[in-house]
Amino acid sequence: MGLFRRGNLSSILQRIFGKKHARIGVYGPPNVGKTTLANRILRDWTGDIMGSVSEIPHETRRAKWKKDVKVENGNSSLFMDIVDTPGIATKVDFKDFMNTYGLSRDEAKRRAKEATEGVIESIRWLEDIDGVLLVMDSTQDPFTQVNVTILGNLEARNLPVLVAANKIDMENSSPATLKSAFPQHPVVPISALTGYNADNLYSIMVKHFSKKRRRKKRR
Amino acid sequence: MTKKEDNGISVNLISRQKLGQLSSDEKLKFILNEVKKGKILVLEYGLTPMEQTSLIESTMREIEHDTFIGVEMEGYGEDRPTFVQKIFGIIKKPRITLIGPANLLKTIRKDSNIIQTKIIPGKGS
Repeated sequence: MGLFRRGNLSSILQRIFGKKHARIGVYGPPNVGKTTLANRILRDWTGDIMGSVSEIPHETRRAKWKKDVKVENGNSSLFMDIVDTPGIATKVDFKDFMNTYGLSRDEAKRRAKEATEGVIESIRWLEDIDGVLLVMDSTQDPFTQVNVTILGNLEARNLPVLVAANKIDMENSSPATLKSAFPQHPVVPISALTGYNADNLYSIMVKHFSKKRRRKKRR
Repeated sequence: MTKKEDNGISVNLISRQKLGQLSSDEKLKFILNEVKKGKILVLEYGLTPMEQTSLIESTMREIEHDTFIGVEMEGYGEDRPTFVQKIFGIIKKPRITLIGPANLLKTIRKDSNIIQTKIIPGKGS
């Protein structure tokens, strides 16, 4: 009888129908907490971290990845290659780094140049991933063009998307706004900084990214 | 940069016929060229998400620190076909999109009904 308990059943179903390995891209605009979330996932499941974080946008300017991160959900589990991608933006102005964050002119120009290359690299990675953890700042307007573009792109490719409504530790956060803005995708409120609701995120990641889908080929 | 005819800023409405005649690559090249000249474009028939992504990629390649910092682009996602439309094979269509140079056009607010932008005077063609 125990064979058909919920945990065992989902484990059996995953073994028969689900994926055992998936390459998951952590995507989003700059400064929404992508690397903080990637660090959280790695710290919780491997004890390692992905990279440094900063309040200055475009801190991650090259994609970084960690292979074979085993994330468990009860009796099910999924091995993931976690790819932390640079923030996607439609503009990069080196003067912002100087005026807002006090970088020198040369430093700001170098950062801006690397940031543009990072955006291109992020877009290129879309060809090679199986699913996306799309990180959004739940204190900000969700309808930014970058969010809309990334989501539209992933839908066109038929890639599974999980929206991480980050920064719910902030007073003015509104994960409900993100949920109502993108009802077609699972939205999980989380604080990557404090780890609040991380267990729920992992559980949904395993379920959502284990599903087999036929990927559409697009140019 | 083209010569400035006056101090005003060009806001050009591009018809769906004009864009429909162009391949994706031609469309992106046309848009980026116009935007780099300092023009704001309202596309009657917007870009697909794949084209928007390509436009971002092309924009990043074109950024020059002192002359072109990128684009401001706002539009709505594709129309979702109804069940009946799906049966008849009607596909999603991109909707109206606003694109301009990021040093000239700034988005103030966007929700599911209104895109509010501001034109920064003194620049553009």
